[in-house]
Amino acid sequence: MQDFFFYLFSALTVLSALLVVVNPNAVNGAMYMILSFIGMAVLFLLLDAFFLAVLQVLVYAGAVMVLFLFIIMLLDVERASKVRPKALSTAAALVGFGLLVVGLGYLFLGGGSVTPAELSAAPEIPMQDGGTNPMEFATASRSFGYGLFTKYMLPFQVTGFLLLIAMMGVIVLSKRLGPSGQEEPTTEAVK
Amino acid sequence: MNIGLNEYLFVSGLLFAIGFFGVLLRRNTLVIYMCMELMLNAVNLALVAFSRYNQTMDGNIFVFFIITVAAAEVAVGLAIIVALYRKRRSVEVDDLNALSH
Repeated sequence: MQDFFFYLFSALTVLSALLVVVNPNAVNGAMYMILSFIGMAVLFLLLDAFFLAVLQVLVYAGAVMVLFLFIIMLLDVERASKVRPKALSTAAALVGFGLLVVGLGYLFLGGGSVTPAELSAAPEIPMQDGGTNPMEFATASRSFGYGLFTKYMLPFQVTGFLLLIAMMGVIVLSKRLGPSGQEEPTTEAVK
Repeated sequence: MNIGLNEYLFVSGLLFAIGFFGVLLRRNTLVIYMCMELMLNAVNLALVAFSRYNQTMDGNIFVFFIITVAAAEVAVGLAIIVALYRKRRSVEVDDLNALSH
């Protein structure tokens, strides 16, 4: 059953990601992106990361994609996206994509893979105090709290500070440039 | 066939390749930005899979941080794109070539 869900939702994620790339309409692309994020959330569920699955839907499929859709509709780029990509860049992109996929297939599907027995035979991660690992994998969001407030306390606080800086940066970027009341330079003036 | 770490890593790598393909192919700054988010998400999947099969919580906490930073990054990036659009009246990368020559 778990295998079936893995195949179903990884296919959904990959196919909708492909549709994001090939879709000429940016709004449709954003919609497929939401679908891809939801498929990814289900993959997180299959990996027992329930908290991250909820976070993925709330933050990515919710906040981030709403922001994207808002900006796409605000800028109204529909007519501009009719420009066809150049043949050279298309060929380069296809070659790069093909090379990545071939390398992946060789790495993961073409033999030489690590078997589960070998994985479990791998040496244990040494503990600093010799005791049991308090960061043992657990599905409860309580273990997130434990990790965030012990081992990752400094990154946690720095992330909070980063959010403040991002907020200030957006405010500064959104302000009109130049002296107040003066019209900003037009495209012709810049050129 | 049992689903193991390799299958998840393959899906993650495939998603990364698709995002990379999109960044190279598309000319619209907003779509390029979405493809970059896709690549970030592919890395998240790999981290969660490693964390699950390594039986530690660290990878999951990294993904928590990545999601937070990505949200901040999207806000700032979109503000930059809007500011660019106000200056240049375009979001196509072919029109934003002031630094190339």
